[in-house]
Amino acid sequence: MTDNNPTAGADDALAAAIGPAPIRAVRVRRPGRWISAIILLLFVAMFAHMLVTNKNFGWDLVRQWLFWHTIIQAIWVTLELTVYAMVIGIVGGVLLAVMRLSSNPVSATAAWLYTWFFRGTPVLVQLLFWNNIAALVGQQVGFGVPFGPQFFHLDTNSTITAFTAAVLALGLNEAAYMSEIVRAGILSVDEGQSEAAASLGMRRSKIMRRIVLPQAMRVIIPPTGNEVISMLKTSSLASVIGVVELTDASESAIHLYFKAIPFYVVASLWYLFFTTVLSIGQYYIERHYARGSTRNLPPTPFQKLLRANLLFRTRRSRAAEIRETLR
Amino acid sequence: MTADLVPDAPSNAVAVEIDKVYKSFGRLPVLRGVSMTVREGEVACLIGPSGSGKSTLLRCVNHLEKVDAGRISVHDRLVGYHHKNDRLYEMHDRDVARQRRTIGMVFQRFNLFPHMTALENIIEAPIQVLGKSKGVAIAEAREHLEQVGLSDKAGNYPTQLSGGQQQRVAIARALAMQPALMLFDEPTSALDPELVGDVLAVMRQLAESGMTMIVVTHEMGFARDVGDTVAFMDGGIIVEHGDARQVIAEPQHARTQAFLAKVR
Repeated sequence: MTDNNPTAGADDALAAAIGPAPIRAVRVRRPGRWISAIILLLFVAMFAHMLVTNKNFGWDLVRQWLFWHTIIQAIWVTLELTVYAMVIGIVGGVLLAVMRLSSNPVSATAAWLYTWFFRGTPVLVQLLFWNNIAALVGQQVGFGVPFGPQFFHLDTNSTITAFTAAVLALGLNEAAYMSEIVRAGILSVDEGQSEAAASLGMRRSKIMRRIVLPQAMRVIIPPTGNEVISMLKTSSLASVIGVVELTDASESAIHLYFKAIPFYVVASLWYLFFTTVLSIGQYYIERHYARGSTRNLPPTPFQKLLRANLLFRTRRSRAAEIRETLR
Repeated sequence: MTADLVPDAPSNAVAVEIDKVYKSFGRLPVLRGVSMTVREGEVACLIGPSGSGKSTLLRCVNHLEKVDAGRISVHDRLVGYHHKNDRLYEMHDRDVARQRRTIGMVFQRFNLFPHMTALENIIEAPIQVLGKSKGVAIAEAREHLEQVGLSDKAGNYPTQLSGGQQQRVAIARALAMQPALMLFDEPTSALDPELVGDVLAVMRQLAESGMTMIVVTHEMGFARDVGDTVAFMDGGIIVEHGDARQVIAEPQHARTQAFLAKVR
């Protein structure tokens, strides 16, 4: 065989050294993709054109105000609000979910009542409620034995500032939603996992912490990332009760300079920037919790790029090398 | 080797005492008055058609299922209840957990913790439950991995192991708690045929080391060769119970004969 086909020997040697040559076949034609891509590009071009030519965007003003110190300060407030509210939301959500699923009817009912109340009223109303908490509970709140003696008093107005009211309202509301996400995650873990852990003598709290929750994370993380992104934007509601965060600062600047659109663009650009950062963070957290669920972790986009390039190069250069020696 | 561990030898103390146990799921009766004694060092095999209650009986022994009526004791301790002044008191979760420490269990579907490597699976309970130091737990875990022939797989996650390897890790995980009794719930039923042998070899080795074992199995060869006693269950009762070789070679009861004729 090798006699009448002199290249076969070379091909076999090549295949042995670097694997078989990939199939070369004419690809299936997909005209639909090309047409839709062209239409999409057209829309993108129109939008870009509008962005550039429409003077009302005031790009020079956007550039000027994007890093204005008032805006930067407001961004910090937005980020703080988001982080504090999400911490309350996640910790509260895990607690509520565990309570809801516990065999203790008292805690299960308490968790259900909480979720019912905080999911059933608009977060904006809750925000206003917390802001006016003094009108509800009075100027002084005492802590002590119910219906009995009190140990210390707190001044309501100085304790619950607009910022704390916003954190509490957003966080406690978020806990109700997070509890449902965590509950779905816990329920997604196979019963056999708890049984195996129980048969090893582990107690319920430990089984939850060490075995069930880490596995539930795979289901919990994606919607939680969604919630964080959502919270970043929902925190703009705090502007209603006078917390100077990104939306409120932009709004104030508009009243100062009588230019609305550029400041909305500034705010939108910042929100977009942070949601993008969060999405990237979410990708890597998901990847971390996928440990053990797939044989090999999928490469990160960066690794993909690197690997494709490397493979292509090595295959080509190795092939050239081997051909050279066979000649 | 197992000959001196025959169950009827009076020298061997009772390890598990199952006394007239009843259990229903809803309205479906699963166990209808099962009694059985397993002695120290005995390998007791439970055989029978699916739905006959074998697995449920096994799960009652470590209180994964609560019995409706009857008593189960392991090493003279009532399972799931305290017996004081002629009254039964339900055990607190923490006492049930304590009781389970000395009863190892191996499941049909392995139930390894997928987010942990083989080694982490094995050291989890010794560290978290027995409070062993990480160093000691790892050293012991490596011995157990060697015992099941998987020294080189310590760092692998369960998905990177074959079914047979996963089941052997699961056995090592149970052994790491130094149990006095091992329960096997159809340990080879979820395995490809060519992987069954490795798991059975580990179990045989364990039996020869004198471990008390209750094994729910469809492997008649294993029951005959390694088992000391065999109990044939059908419809929630033990139909026939006796010396392993005798029950499998010359079943007395018609239902046992019919079952064995089918699985052979």
